[in-house]
Amino acid sequence: MRNTIGLAVSAVLALSLGTTAAFAETIKIAYIEPLSGPFATNGNTGLAEWQYAAERLVNEKGGVLDGMKFEIVPFDNKLDSKEALIALQVAIDQGIHYFAHGLSSGIGHALTAAVTKNNARNPENRILYLNYSAEDPALVNDACSFWHFRWDADVDIRLDAITDAIAQQQDIKKVFLINQDYSFGKAIVAAAERGLAAKRPDIEIVGNELHPIGKVKDFTPYGRKIVASGAQAVITGNWGPDMIGVGKSAIDAGYDGPIYTISAASLGITRTFGAAGKDKIHVVSEGHLNPPASERAKEYTAGFEAKYPDYDIIQPRIANAVEMLARAIEEVGSAEDVVSVAYKLEGMEHDSIWGGKVYIRPDNHQAIQDIHDQVHTDEGITFPLDNSEYGTISRNVIKMASMDAPTTCKMERPERP
Amino acid sequence: MDLVAINLIDGLFYGLLLFMLSAGLTLIFSMMGILNFAHASFYMLGAYFAYQISLYLGFWAGLLIAPPLVGVLGALIERYGLRRVHQFGHVPELVFTFGLAWLIEEVVKFIWGNNMMAYQEPEILKFALFHIGSNSIQAYKVFMIFTSMAIFIGLLFILTRTRIGLIIQAALSYPKTVEALGHNVPLIFMGVFGVGTALAGVAGVLAGPSLGTFPGMAVVLGSIVFVTIVIGGLGSLWGALIASLLIGWMTTAAASSSFQFATLLEFFGMTPPADLDESYLRDLWTLSLPQIGPILPYIFMILILVLRPYGLFGKRDA
Repeated sequence: MRNTIGLAVSAVLALSLGTTAAFAETIKIAYIEPLSGPFATNGNTGLAEWQYAAERLVNEKGGVLDGMKFEIVPFDNKLDSKEALIALQVAIDQGIHYFAHGLSSGIGHALTAAVTKNNARNPENRILYLNYSAEDPALVNDACSFWHFRWDADVDIRLDAITDAIAQQQDIKKVFLINQDYSFGKAIVAAAERGLAAKRPDIEIVGNELHPIGKVKDFTPYGRKIVASGAQAVITGNWGPDMIGVGKSAIDAGYDGPIYTISAASLGITRTFGAAGKDKIHVVSEGHLNPPASERAKEYTAGFEAKYPDYDIIQPRIANAVEMLARAIEEVGSAEDVVSVAYKLEGMEHDSIWGGKVYIRPDNHQAIQDIHDQVHTDEGITFPLDNSEYGTISRNVIKMASMDAPTTCKMERPERP
Repeated sequence: MDLVAINLIDGLFYGLLLFMLSAGLTLIFSMMGILNFAHASFYMLGAYFAYQISLYLGFWAGLLIAPPLVGVLGALIERYGLRRVHQFGHVPELVFTFGLAWLIEEVVKFIWGNNMMAYQEPEILKFALFHIGSNSIQAYKVFMIFTSMAIFIGLLFILTRTRIGLIIQAALSYPKTVEALGHNVPLIFMGVFGVGTALAGVAGVLAGPSLGTFPGMAVVLGSIVFVTIVIGGLGSLWGALIASLLIGWMTTAAASSSFQFATLLEFFGMTPPADLDESYLRDLWTLSLPQIGPILPYIFMILILVLRPYGLFGKRDA
């Protein structure tokens, strides 16, 4: 008995010594997301994707700067701005120079402001914001910051791609918009109206519904409205149960056209739509799993599915973020010189694992990349979602979407070292 | 005209779903005097149980097995939870059911996770039964409408035409007297609680495929069920039915209308301001009826509470 305790104690000691030793040689990336509460699934999926990307794309290849490994350090922000700011402070105090965040643009704004302040006041402890999901266009316009980089395509870029796809189909004359009644939904409406008016003035917007978020129990009347309006295409930014509600009610009511969405994939949505949504649900986003862009993308995705059977890669951009950060650190020759790394990321062009190029706009730090119009189907799917037979397959690519979109960003730049 | 007919059918579907939930709640309230905050959680359990069963045995087995399971669970909770708390008064009971609702939600998340479940209608009911104009009416909805109607008629029959119903009704008003006559009133309470929760379970089994099966489904419907029984009159089965249908039709009509509040303002002789941001009525000018549809039942409830506090069919002294 005494022996076992002794063994256990020495094992624990050895382990803790081992980790401190490892800490010294890693480049830490804080991951500040909800890891408990209603949105824990989203936070945990993202964490799996970040850890996998760091492991697979950097650490297995020997790390950067002669053997430094990436380490993802999770912080729970409980989807709350105050908690997120506390987590950010803790990360800064621990000497971490990079953090990833993406869920909720509201928190994104709070973090951007805090990072800008911190980096001006504490030149020794600067930190870079790797935004992989917060989509508010303002983050690369009026509220932009030199310390913030976004790999996700924002609402404006995605809607630019959606309206492009609709504009190409000459037989579409009537479009229906249905969105959640808050800033995100309204941003989609504004971008859709702007895009359609510019590209196809002959298209009529036959419905523009804003419904309370998460409050509508039965979406049937909205499905009826879509059918009654004679719409030939539907655009919605709805997510979660609201997305299922709109899609299902429209299809059940007899609507037969395409439904363009931002995020109608995985997290149970793909499985729920199943056969009913085949060839109707479109997901417009960067990165695509099907068909695999390359042998490398195929191996990467297969490896993830094997390691995390319950999760899907729903944010392919995370791989771009990790690879580009590794490249910038390698080229600068230091992970602590955050200013140089940021300048290196600006204007960086990168061959994405998902095919095509990723280019970081120097003037607002938004990644410009190929946007894929993906269709929900069970044909030709190599990597299905939700452990079902269905997945999304890229049918149409818009190369370097919104490359020259105007920006109102005026960022304060630190002196170039 | 087509639209009116479609709205009537859609509203009937939603209203009858609400009725199955509120029938159990209103019976439990009138008998034990507790507002069961966890009632909608039993609705959620019904959907999840049926989903799990349908994976192995198909939809119909789920429909038959899940509600009794939920009912037995409800009865056990009454027997070993609520009955113990009962002696300390109403507030502990309220707190108990409130906590129970949280507990059930967390357990559901723990077992099934946060994601939407792919709980589907049975294949043989997955077709458009008939069309009104270009709108199709799904066979499943019609099936659901008839099932809930059958349940209502069955309940009404049991409550008004059978001996058990007689005892239940007597126990509602004079529990002490009924007990003195040799009936086991606590057993009746347990039975009613079980049947009430089983009804919520049926609603969950039927609604899960069409309204979605996810951990938030209880919260989404929870408050509206209370609104229903307050409008209908606490303890009245007929009241629950009428209020459910009214709410069903009201929300469906609101969501399908395209009424803009700007029209109303113009009717009163106001002209739209040149710059909306400057106008203090800005929100009203841009508001449409579907945007506020979900709060209409609550406004209706407040009106009822002001004008007829005992509800549409409630007894004055209740």
